[in-house]
Amino acid sequence: MKAKERAEIRRVHMPEANPEIRSRNTEEVNLGLTAEMAVTEACRCLDCARPGCIEGCPVEVDIPSFIKNIERGEFLEAAKVLKETSALPAVCGRVCPQEKQCEAKCIHVKMKKEAVAIGYLERFAADCERESGQVSVPETAPANGIKIAVVGSGPAGLSFSGDMAKAGYSVTVFEALHEIGGVLKYGIPVFRLPNEIVDVEIDSLRSMGVKFVNNCIVGKTVSIDDLKEDGFRGIFVGSGAGLPRFMNIRGENLVGVMSSNEYLTRVNLMDASNPESDTPVLTGKKVAVIGGGNTAMDSVRTARRLGAERAMIVYRRSEEEMPARLEEVKHAKEEGIEFMTLRNPVEYSGNEHGRVSHMLLQVMELGEPDASGRRSPVEVPGETELIEVDEVIVSVGVSPNPLIPSSVKGLNVSKWGTVIVNDETMQSDIPMIFAGGDIVRGGATVILAMGDGRRAAKAMDKWLREQKFSTSNL
Amino acid sequence: MNKVISKEYFSANVVKFEIEAPLIAKAHRAGHFVIVRIGTKGERVPLTIAESSVEKGTITLVVQQVGVSSTKLCALNEGDYITDLVGPLGQATHIENFGTVVCACGGVGTAPMLPIVKALRESGNRVLTVLAARTGDLIIMEEQMRKLSDELIIMTDDGSYGNRGLVTNGVEMIIQREKVDRCVTIGPAVMMKFVSLLTKKYSIPTIASLNTIMVDGTGMCGACRVTVGGKTKFVCVDGPEFDAHLVDFDEMMMRLAGYRDIEQSDMHKHENKCNAGTR
Ligand SMILES: Cc1cc2nc3c(=O)[nH]c(=O)nc-3n(C[C@H](O)[C@H](O)[C@H](O)COP(=O)(O)OP(=O)(O)OC[C@H]3O[C@@H](n4cnc5c(N)ncnc54)[C@H](O)[C@@H]3O)c2cc1C
Ligand code: FES
Repeated sequence: MKAKERAEIRRVHMPEANPEIRSRNTEEVNLGLTAEMAVTEACRCLDCARPGCIEGCPVEVDIPSFIKNIERGEFLEAAKVLKETSALPAVCGRVCPQEKQCEAKCIHVKMKKEAVAIGYLERFAADCERESGQVSVPETAPANGIKIAVVGSGPAGLSFSGDMAKAGYSVTVFEALHEIGGVLKYGIPVFRLPNEIVDVEIDSLRSMGVKFVNNCIVGKTVSIDDLKEDGFRGIFVGSGAGLPRFMNIRGENLVGVMSSNEYLTRVNLMDASNPESDTPVLTGKKVAVIGGGNTAMDSVRTARRLGAERAMIVYRRSEEEMPARLEEVKHAKEEGIEFMTLRNPVEYSGNEHGRVSHMLLQVMELGEPDASGRRSPVEVPGETELIEVDEVIVSVGVSPNPLIPSSVKGLNVSKWGTVIVNDETMQSDIPMIFAGGDIVRGGATVILAMGDGRRAAKAMDKWLREQKFSTSNL
Repeated sequence: MNKVISKEYFSANVVKFEIEAPLIAKAHRAGHFVIVRIGTKGERVPLTIAESSVEKGTITLVVQQVGVSSTKLCALNEGDYITDLVGPLGQATHIENFGTVVCACGGVGTAPMLPIVKALRESGNRVLTVLAARTGDLIIMEEQMRKLSDELIIMTDDGSYGNRGLVTNGVEMIIQREKVDRCVTIGPAVMMKFVSLLTKKYSIPTIASLNTIMVDGTGMCGACRVTVGGKTKFVCVDGPEFDAHLVDFDEMMMRLAGYRDIEQSDMHKHENKCNAGTR
């Protein structure tokens, strides 16, 4: 096929569940490409000599190579290519902000056309492999007997573990919660990322020899010193940004006002909307979600699914500045979510039972760009709105989990509470401790967390080899 | 998974469990709690660690059967396994030799008070415990408390056992009798509120151990938040113990009531299921 012909093919549309129906159930919204669609879409890739997409990918997936495998119909081969660099392709294919990463660098975009649907294709290849039942287990080097501990089982910890297991280390992951997966399990809802998919990827790590210990909080149940005593030679901290922020405005502790972490944890981790589950969750008919990120979109769409007649996003900037993935915003709109942008809550009031009944919104407008480059919202004096609500979900960001920083003496921590590491090696000031993901970056993304895990694994492997405990000495 | 080593009934609905948990036992200090989950559909509930033994590698939990989860837990027997157990969580109680300490507890607060009484006594305090309940039948753990305290005062609302009156009457009786250096209170929020108001009147530093709703217990969700001295605090990581005189008990009670209706209907469902099972 000629390049010109390839360039003329229109970008594929992801088949989606009907918004009317899906906003009442928990089925996955994106249904996935058919084989035919995937092959056609793969033909659009021009197999550039210097592929920009790879540079745009934080873990540098060999994108043209996996796409050309799809074009040839070698779907399992495509999945293998993905797995060389990414521990969680089926996850990334679903939750990465591709439009800001690989797809942003696609040659088509430079030609003012739509990028190749790299994310959809990634998901396709990973799903094919899983559904084929022939999941390939990456080859692992002979076991070297060196014990490595991982704190936290989110994407950072999982990708680190995968790479270390491949290099022959004996890896144990300690997780505070009863489930493995971090945000992938407790945060991101099943209509966007079904739990089975995360489990398959975790099982694949298990078959590579990675051990998982749940219900174990490093810094509480066991200390870093305990781990050292137990013979662990390297520790990777991927403990995430678990702490919800509130706005400290009046009425924020009323009944029915909660963090998105609480709301999503109840629904996703604890399965609260299932009548069989012992965990309750308050539901509302008029639900406001404060914030404009992925967490906010997940919360508002969850509220819709739990029966909210009015489900609103309240965001202090305009839609353009929203950090959420484009696709989430689009899906939310299709599901009837109201977007109240340039609005900021200043106060909540409640009824006689202390349940939230109203929110007072300050109308905002965009001023000068701030440090983040986004135009900062400023109040329009005197303009407020009073809106009836019976549930408010606060989704204005998270702070790094303080458990590890506060329990490890000598660990260098920034004023935001993030662990300070060398940018390239992810090594902290305590040589045996490496860190990555949200605990280093504050709230970031799955793929950045995974990229950190990979770099840390590479650097730790090198560091360990240089130590007197190097592999050859054992 | 953690095994139930022994089970003992303190009363018809108060059960003492010894549970295999060597790592938690080693790290435990008075005031710490654990999160327990029974069954794959179970909720995560906080329970104070009453005792621990590093040698045996066990922790002791005293569970009062009140809701769905505590009922499920109390149904476990020796040799059964707890689905999930994580801890120790929270900040340990600040223990030193204060002098004379009054420990005022009632209802679900009695069990978590036990390790605190013990630790206070061990560091040389004179410990006077006031144990309260609506009626005599509901007084639990009397023997254990008597053994550990310098003096035990029992208060019942109806006077059917011990002295007639509320926990605050018992505390005030002591305050009027001798110099009290500190007070610790654990129980229903309303009880702690009134103990706190009383000791404030007498300027006696008072610690309350708060039993808010929790989900994760690790600081991740904020379900457990309370206002202390005008600031929002997370009970699971900043607490569970706070300066009682600074706690906004009214807000805490309002938040506790938020889930009560749902919980009651859940209990109902659970009972129906259990009944259906035995029929
Ligand atoms: C609702 C929601 C939606 C999101 N949507 C997207 C999206 O669409 N795309 C995207 O790219 N990103 C998204 N993100 C962000 C992304 O999930 C995170 O950036 C990513 O998960 C960070 O990974 P991590 O491994 O650093 O930490 P986490 O995933 O947070 O995992 C950390 C784990 O460590 C555990 N832990 C913490 N402390 C300890 C300890 N002391 N001992 C043992 N275990 C410990 C925690 O319990 C947790 O399980 C979303 C986040 C949320 C909350
Ligand atoms: S229980 Fe979730 S933060 Fe305290």
